[in-house]
Amino acid sequence: MRRLSAIDKRLVSYAVGFISSVILTVIAYALVTHDDIVRTLTAPGIALIIAALASLQLIVQLLFFMHISEEQRPRWKLLTFIFCFIILGVIVFGSLWIMFDLNDRMMMSPDEMIKYMNKQTGI
Amino acid sequence: MSTTVATINDKTNLGFWVYLMTDCILFGSLFATYIVLHKNTFGGPAGGELFDMPAILVETLILLTSSFTCGLGMLAIRRQKRSQALFWFGFTFALGVAFLVMELSEFNALIAEGNSWQRSGFLSAFYTLVGTHGLHITIGLLWMLVMGWQLLRKGFKDSVIRRFSLLSMFWHFLDIIWIFIFTFVYLMGDLQL
Repeated sequence: MRRLSAIDKRLVSYAVGFISSVILTVIAYALVTHDDIVRTLTAPGIALIIAALASLQLIVQLLFFMHISEEQRPRWKLLTFIFCFIILGVIVFGSLWIMFDLNDRMMMSPDEMIKYMNKQTGI
Repeated sequence: MSTTVATINDKTNLGFWVYLMTDCILFGSLFATYIVLHKNTFGGPAGGELFDMPAILVETLILLTSSFTCGLGMLAIRRQKRSQALFWFGFTFALGVAFLVMELSEFNALIAEGNSWQRSGFLSAFYTLVGTHGLHITIGLLWMLVMGWQLLRKGFKDSVIRRFSLLSMFWHFLDIIWIFIFTFVYLMGDLQL
């Protein structure tokens, strides 16, 4: 068999990336829009699955569209990506943690709030 | 290719990548804002009641296909085939325009029903997040026009090839951001989470 040239390899990688991305997208869409599946797996269960499918598609596109694995050492792109990922985690999970915690504490009815404050101050 | 050109390419490429990472942080902040505000509908409609899911799937597939054809265009650039490159990037451009038209008509329909960004915190966050992505797409399309013109005028100069590789990186990046908008805004909105 003839060895594939660098450009042919790229073509194969784009095709693989495209087909697997389409499959992942359609699976996620089907899971959400079919009522029977939603009833059996429940909404939070499906949310977890589609979040996992999105992450998988992120990895697929980084590998097959952006060719991040072909980078030569030192791998600055990969390093900056990981650094960015950590910062993103701090921003997104930090914001959600703080804001949902505030919602729990502050968005109660006036009666509940009085009870809560009395409990906190020990009255 | 001489060593200096390769060095310039590597440096420019990495610099652009770092820009994309900072753009990622921008979108991350907008995603966090959206998730915090998405229940604050102020008596108005929630996401699940508004989204036209089949249209969203079509939009997603259009953008995904444009990412693929952009890759094919990049291969033509590497082979230095001008008419092929123009064809594939022209195709990508057309798909990008189709995506933008669908998005704007979605916005238009929502606003016509009285659900503009002024309606609730949820809708403000929704338009900001999805609109910022749409603005990036618009800029990508303008960039594509400029690059088509440069290819016609200058041909396969090193600088032109380098700019095309940055453009294709930008376009793939926008597709990756859209996966997360599709999942976290539209699909999870449809699940009423």
